[in-house]
Amino acid sequence: MTIQASAAGIGDSPTRPDGTPKVLGAFGYASDLTVPGMLHGATLRSPHPRALIKSIDVGPALAIPGVRAVLTAEDIPGTKYYGLIAQDCPVLALGEVRYHGEPVAIVAADDVAAARRAVAAIVVDYEVLTPVTDLRAALFDPDSPKVHAGGNVVRHQPVRRGRADDPDIRALADVVVTREYQVGMQDQAFLGPEAGLAVPAADGGVDLHVATQWLHADAEQIAPCLGLAPELVRMTLAGVGGAFGGREDLSMQIHAAMLALRTGLPVRMTYNRRESFFGHVHRHPAVMRYTHGARRDGTLVFVTAEILLDGGAYASTTEAVVGNAASLGVGPYEVEHLAIDAYGAYTNNPPCGAMRGFGAVQTCFAYESQMDALAAELGMHPLDIRARNAVKQGSVTPTGQVIDAPAPVAEMFAQLRAMPLPPDRAAGDLLPGGYGNTTHGEGVRRGVGYGVGIKNICYSEGFDDFSTARVTLSAADGEPAVTVHTAAAEVGQGLVTVQGQIARTELGVERVAVAQADTTVGSAGSSSASRQSYMTGGAVKAACEAVRERVFSLARERGFQVAEGSRLAGGKIVSASGEPLVDLALVLGADVVEETREYRHRPTGPLDRMTGQGSSHVQFAFAAHRAVVDVDVELGLVRVVRLDVVQDVGRIMNRQSLEGQIQGGTAQGLGLAVLEEIVVADGKVRNPSFTDYLIPTILDMPPMGMRILEYPDPAAPYGLRGAGEPPTLSSTPAIAAAVRDATGLALGRVPIRPEHIAVPAQNAARDG
Amino acid sequence: MEFLAPADWTEALEAKAAHPGAVPICGGTDVMVELNFELRRPPALLDLGRIRALKDWEVCDGHVRLGAAVTFARIISALADRLPALATAARTVGSPQIRNRATIGGNLGTASPAGDAHPVLLATGAVVEAESVRGVRTIPVGDFFTGVKRNALEPDELIRAVRIPETAGPQQFAKVGSRNAMVIAVCSFAVALDLERRTVGTGIGSAGPRPLTAPAAEDFLAGALDWDGLAVSEDAAERFGALVAAAASPIDDVRGTAAYRRRALAVMAVRTLRWMTEKEAVAV
Repeated sequence: MTIQASAAGIGDSPTRPDGTPKVLGAFGYASDLTVPGMLHGATLRSPHPRALIKSIDVGPALAIPGVRAVLTAEDIPGTKYYGLIAQDCPVLALGEVRYHGEPVAIVAADDVAAARRAVAAIVVDYEVLTPVTDLRAALFDPDSPKVHAGGNVVRHQPVRRGRADDPDIRALADVVVTREYQVGMQDQAFLGPEAGLAVPAADGGVDLHVATQWLHADAEQIAPCLGLAPELVRMTLAGVGGAFGGREDLSMQIHAAMLALRTGLPVRMTYNRRESFFGHVHRHPAVMRYTHGARRDGTLVFVTAEILLDGGAYASTTEAVVGNAASLGVGPYEVEHLAIDAYGAYTNNPPCGAMRGFGAVQTCFAYESQMDALAAELGMHPLDIRARNAVKQGSVTPTGQVIDAPAPVAEMFAQLRAMPLPPDRAAGDLLPGGYGNTTHGEGVRRGVGYGVGIKNICYSEGFDDFSTARVTLSAADGEPAVTVHTAAAEVGQGLVTVQGQIARTELGVERVAVAQADTTVGSAGSSSASRQSYMTGGAVKAACEAVRERVFSLARERGFQVAEGSRLAGGKIVSASGEPLVDLALVLGADVVEETREYRHRPTGPLDRMTGQGSSHVQFAFAAHRAVVDVDVELGLVRVVRLDVVQDVGRIMNRQSLEGQIQGGTAQGLGLAVLEEIVVADGKVRNPSFTDYLIPTILDMPPMGMRILEYPDPAAPYGLRGAGEPPTLSSTPAIAAAVRDATGLALGRVPIRPEHIAVPAQNAARDG
Repeated sequence: MEFLAPADWTEALEAKAAHPGAVPICGGTDVMVELNFELRRPPALLDLGRIRALKDWEVCDGHVRLGAAVTFARIISALADRLPALATAARTVGSPQIRNRATIGGNLGTASPAGDAHPVLLATGAVVEAESVRGVRTIPVGDFFTGVKRNALEPDELIRAVRIPETAGPQQFAKVGSRNAMVIAVCSFAVALDLERRTVGTGIGSAGPRPLTAPAAEDFLAGALDWDGLAVSEDAAERFGALVAAAASPIDDVRGTAAYRRRALAVMAVRTLRWMTEKEAVAV
């Protein structure tokens, strides 16, 4: 008899525990948290993008029945500022507001209505100032007002390689293409708004139940602002309804804790949809100017790029976003001579920070558009010019880093090309304009476009990136059972399921429970940068291996033979060939085996401040899309007909979750291509609702063909490659290219709006 | 906020007379959004959901008379043959869940310039039945929209029904939204031909402070159309489109630019005219 690998282990697609409750509406989100006697918090936000606060009168708010506390910056118990990288963001506005929607005061009341009325009753005397809203002027105009005392440049990261400025080098190019590109401000648009519950504790501390992406980073920022010792801020993950980077920065955490500590009562804060648009950072809008030079055969000779990213009022993660934009800014292509300058700016626009793709999305739209422009100049197929220049294992990146793992980009193009194109339009197909009945076929033209992207996986530039896992094995009722405990945030990506799969595979035990994520176990790092399968997966694997060694020792102590090469399967210790040796329950008896392990990926280094040289990334991941669109060229309406994708993931851990990630990332890229933009005018958000911030519906998202490659990365656990972000990069330029193919228009900006196609002259005048 | 829940129409009229500030609510797809966004806080809500009679429709004197609480889902399922353009417009309203709740009377009461039914009601010459304890009066829909989200109802009046002439010829509706479904109109257009009286009706949505008609375009087309052969020249069709665009008074906003709206209205006017005058729809 041989024991088979455990069912529901890695590579399988076990049903996720949150799936059915979410579909049935029974899943408990952070906004559903409730305890008896809790108060409701609310936030007064600035109506101005830039103003001095002359005075705040909270008296009228306190006079409202049921109001328990009204707090301003004066009431912050500890440090007044917080931030993920730079601590420049005030907990509540301190004498000045820097963006539309900045928190100014907070209220706790017996019910939501009283809290909202109290917010409306607070009297703030503002001296309104002209906001800094022009990205280029903020960075380069010496007369521009400064958003912060230190100036408006958050980071400038040059990357220099070869001699891109040398006329002799430039002369080698047979074609040179210079274009400017813009990317609008995209929102994460997660469906569960910011919410959490703060419960004051008898020891003077606070217990926070919050929907977030990184419990420990939250606690590290919260404690100093509350004036509390770190161990007095205890965090538990509440039900998260999507994140996509939008929960990396704090939102209501410190506010709810301040109100709870002040009133001595539990306080829940739940943003509504409108407030959510002001309650988290967005994707950086970008203005990019690229010049590409290529030989007649398509070989890239040089690339220069200026990349401007609008970080808005506070730093958030702008510094790291700039690092990605700079280091990944030419895409998955070999370029000998290049000069890139990436800048992140302070302005009085809404703060921008982490969003799926993190600095690699904006440049992907630009460099892929450039590759298409070169292909058009040279009369080449878009995939041929890409394949000619594609990186492969052994290639050197713009920062001088050698890609030492598989990088099958050229094969991805071949696979993409081999996938069948959708049939021509047939009667009954949904047309551009959808149910609007705007065309019966008139003006509709089909286009095809391609895109490929390169994304770094895990944290870069020397960050000490680690995750912690505690794995416990015991026997109950004669059956072995495992508990996995980490602080890693399940944000909907399926991490809980993958942790359980790893434990089943490593320990051969069917009964695996994944404990609620909290701060009683060490940090897992952020559910960001496509890193959790790699990092927390790595930590769980390491902890399981340690448990397994302990079990083998225990077995030997108890006189059982455990041969070299033995493993755990089917609840038993089995030999290398799968012969059962002894039941785990028998070995364990009443003993509990528990091991905690920290897992670190291989170290990375900084980017040189002047040349941008350095091995700053852990792992590179790639996805490529082909988009087929129908465009009503007279009305400017787009219907994406088909999106096909090829992605290399190293190793498939859970196919169903993986396919969901690829579909979701692709849809988010579709949104950026043709729909999603926070419209900001003079620093003010014009569309803070799902009425006018349009995300793709089921009728906008087309069927997808998908090919998933598995070229293992020897440095990664199980050879896996982070998978959540790459599809978000490449679907946008593929769709934009397809719309260009259908219309013949240059279309240098996403999202592409109907007027960009239907009245391009007007648009050129306005944007030019 | 008071919540009034009359059991029948008479009680509803009495309640409205007693509480003229009460906001009528039926499906709640507009009113609840405004309340949740705290855009208004009326002293009372007047729930019309219990009044069975408002949910019926009937045919009388060449009109389809829709009770105010007839939903868009019902218009699609039951009236696509009698009111084809209105059914087309109904299909573009929100999502299935919204169409199950939202009513024709609510659409009129909100009187948004972007209301999806309005262009069709204008193009077909519909009449609003308003009633109060003082009696019933009829308001031609062209007089009903008085400004941005303002209508001609007196404070004590409720919408009881809307009467739409039964189809007297081909009619069409088209709506531009930047998403394929569940989207507020960037602009919309309806046109209806009355083959007996040889008149043209038009309606324009989301391209002015209130839903508009294009009288010059109507007159022009009534003269330019070959009514017997139901044909129109290319030039006349283009001219019709230009006149429709000229009748709009659009603005630049987050949903689109004024220039785009004019352009799109012209395109929709030409296309819908072709669909009405060509025997077969353009082959796809």
